[in-house]
Amino acid sequence: MVKLLKPLNEMNLSFDSCSANEAFARSAVAAFVTQLDPTVAELNELRTAVSEAVTNCVVHAYRDTIGKIFINVKIFSDMQITVKIRDSGCGIADISKAMEPLYTTAPDEERAGLGFAVMQSFSDSVSVRSSVGKGTTVTLKKKLSRRVSNG
Amino acid sequence: MRTRIGFDGDSMTAYLSGEIDHHCAKNTRELIDSLIQQKKPKVLRLDFSGVGFMDSSGIGLIIGRYRMMMLYGGYVRVVNVPEGLEKLMLLSGLGALDILERHGEAIETTE
Repeated sequence: MVKLLKPLNEMNLSFDSCSANEAFARSAVAAFVTQLDPTVAELNELRTAVSEAVTNCVVHAYRDTIGKIFINVKIFSDMQITVKIRDSGCGIADISKAMEPLYTTAPDEERAGLGFAVMQSFSDSVSVRSSVGKGTTVTLKKKLSRRVSNG
Repeated sequence: MRTRIGFDGDSMTAYLSGEIDHHCAKNTRELIDSLIQQKKPKVLRLDFSGVGFMDSSGIGLIIGRYRMMMLYGGYVRVVNVPEGLEKLMLLSGLGALDILERHGEAIETTE
């Protein structure tokens, strides 16, 4: 079922889960993907989805601690990109509950509970694998449009 | 992100600019809230014209201020929303609160 295509290009990042790195993470992913000449809208959607996933790691996975966040981005031949955002934090006991719009476990942080809804809306697919006490991996997939080259 | 605040009669405007994310939303929210408590404006205008990027933290910022202004008997207007942010604003259900404006026109929710 799973096609094991070899990516054309790949990058890995790891950084501390402090909130100042949220901007770094989305900008770094966007900078890597820029080589595909995405539209402004596509790039913005990707930045938004990555920002949500990384914020989840900062706010939820490593709630009162600082841990490592890992990002892996793969570019495939058909303009398909895959972004994996992984933490070794607390994990999610009930993934479908966590993905419900407006559900949040951090209301005092004024979280709208829209993180996963935004990821789903701004990428083609979102999958979540999590194990309580071990961590969570969120995989975002997005196919960019192929633009006609002007030479 | 930077936030500038202006007052005009009983209306207070927060001019937001730069990128709104979880990291910087806290300071902005504390600044706006302390001024709401001090000045008790009737209308709080959140001006997004200078915002280049936001994630759902921006939605949390709007909804939180909406609740606070309701508490004080006032209301919120979200104005000058750049086109690139509309999808996120509408996705959040903010359209139903009837507080969004773009260049003076209400943003319609389309189904």
